[in-house]
Amino acid sequence: MSTPKKNIEEQSKMYGILGEFKNPKALIDVARTVNKSGYSKYDTFSPFPVHGMDKAMSLKKSKLGWIIIGHGILGFIGALGMMYYMAVMDYPMNISGKPFFNAPAWVPITFELTVLLSAFGTVFGMFFLNGLPKLNNPLFNVDRFKKATDDGFFLCIEAADSLFETDKVKKLLKEAGATHIEEVYD
Amino acid sequence: MSKYDYVQEPALVKGNHDFASLTRLVTDINLRPTPKGWYIAMIGANTLLAILGISVGYLIWEGVGIWGLNNPVGWGWAIINFVWWVGIGHAGTLISAVLFLFRQDWRTAINRFAEAMTIFAVMCAGVFPAIHVGRIWVIYWVFPIPNQMYMWPNFNSPLLWDVFAVSTYFTVSFLFWYVGLVPDLATIRDRATDKIRKFTYGVFSLGWTGSNRHWWNYEKAYMVLAGLATPLVLSVHTIVSFDFAVSLIPGWHTTIFPPYFVAGAIFSGFAMVLTLMIVARKIYGMKDIMTDDHMEKMNIIIMVTGSMVGFAYMMEFFVAWYSGVEYEKAIFLLRATGPYAWAYWTMMTCNVISPQIFWFKKARTSVGITFAISIVVNIGMWFERFVITVTSLANDYLPSSWDYYSPTIWDVLTYVGTFGLFFTMFLLFLRFLPMVALAEVKMIIPQADPHNYDDEKQEYKAPKVEIPTPKVVEA
Repeated sequence: MSTPKKNIEEQSKMYGILGEFKNPKALIDVARTVNKSGYSKYDTFSPFPVHGMDKAMSLKKSKLGWIIIGHGILGFIGALGMMYYMAVMDYPMNISGKPFFNAPAWVPITFELTVLLSAFGTVFGMFFLNGLPKLNNPLFNVDRFKKATDDGFFLCIEAADSLFETDKVKKLLKEAGATHIEEVYD
Repeated sequence: MSKYDYVQEPALVKGNHDFASLTRLVTDINLRPTPKGWYIAMIGANTLLAILGISVGYLIWEGVGIWGLNNPVGWGWAIINFVWWVGIGHAGTLISAVLFLFRQDWRTAINRFAEAMTIFAVMCAGVFPAIHVGRIWVIYWVFPIPNQMYMWPNFNSPLLWDVFAVSTYFTVSFLFWYVGLVPDLATIRDRATDKIRKFTYGVFSLGWTGSNRHWWNYEKAYMVLAGLATPLVLSVHTIVSFDFAVSLIPGWHTTIFPPYFVAGAIFSGFAMVLTLMIVARKIYGMKDIMTDDHMEKMNIIIMVTGSMVGFAYMMEFFVAWYSGVEYEKAIFLLRATGPYAWAYWTMMTCNVISPQIFWFKKARTSVGITFAISIVVNIGMWFERFVITVTSLANDYLPSSWDYYSPTIWDVLTYVGTFGLFFTMFLLFLRFLPMVALAEVKMIIPQADPHNYDDEKQEYKAPKVEIPTPKVVEA
């Protein structure tokens, strides 16, 4: 078991260092420390969103709202445009003497399509911002990381961070109370 | 002492669970071998599904003449069942979206379950408008796509609004459900030991890691979806009620229809969630998550919405009398005393009288009574749609064109068959997907809140509830 693993380690690049912490409180404390130490390419992993973590990591406001409103406007204009083209320009039909541009009757469909497009923007925009689907992730090479969706709380500092130094990071995580520290390889 | 004792909010998850035990409780169902009972239930559901297939096949072959429709009553069981199923679906969205916006944490125990019910109920509902058109091979005429007549759909028609409303509703409910599922699918992916599960759950969980930078966007998306689904669910049943209210038939042409339909939809949907929940939590041992407190809260909602529906029934009578329109007055008197009085009073008993039992705490905390009432309510809500649809059509303006409507065996079989579709889908859901929103339930147990930990040692300490001593007020 140990020989092939060593070979892999020699051949592949280090992705980062992963520390496991015992509970949400420990994770939020270490995230605050890492954030204050000036690291930027790090992330925490937990089975559920930990309350207050966004502040501890000083995350910027999500850009998702802009994607959603863009899609919403597209749905609104698209719906009105579609109905205007079909019922007024392309094939106007006199239906019980109602006007061709029958705004009140168009409200439901305009509303529905605005909601539909906004929902598309929300869901696909969220996955886009998160870079998902991403089926291969170096973190999945760590067996212990499976706990991240069960009851494990992890913090990973990536090797790509400009302040990254293996020993320093390991020391930081250890002092913050990590129960396990592992090197992650691509 | 004060007259009232301090009422502490009951724990949302019972039985000393931690994160790992919750994971096991929920996902073991998906990971262990399929139980025999599941196959037996599946055979039953598939038999009903086959009945649906046969009834629909025969309908397409022979035409809508096989149903009991007659000259004045051109809308029978098909529209009744459509409205009934869509209405049931609405509780799922209410639980997942509206209760989320109101920060009702107890919803996490049942929202996955209820959302699944929504999706399958809307599927069952969708069967009826599709098959009742007569020439199903040109059903695509309802969509704004080019056809051989070079004509576009009529955007002034409530029936077309319905097409957009129901298809949007299905799509958005499905997306909402899927977004909620992703973290839990990742949990199963990480626990699975066999190749097939690892691969399948791996693909559908999209590589979810539980990264906080992802949760950040995820929670935002979830909140926005809840905000979108809330007006959507209200609009859908409003538009369904427009199918009736925008026409000029006495008893249909009323402004009370949209709110009254929405209240009725929530009423019947909660009843259906309870019916399913009481059975499923027993079989799958989920009583720690879906507790009796949940049942009580849902019973209170059933009582409130049942009373709202009852109020609407009375307002209909008042407005008919107040309008001074002879036909309106006549149709409401005929509903209560005419040829369909039996259906009207079934509706009244089931919907208005029966839920009033939940004023008693004993009744709303009793599993047996809740289960019985949940079924009674769904029967009642089916009769509500029957009364609305059939009585108004059977006895409209000219007495010379009145006729009595009864269904044929094919009406009944098609309806029974949709239960096959519903239960087939539901059984597949219970078997292959986590039936509780695991990540969300973990979030609401006290161990999830960093404030419940000691600052120095980072050890968990249970939150203390300060019970204020009531002041004695001398009169």
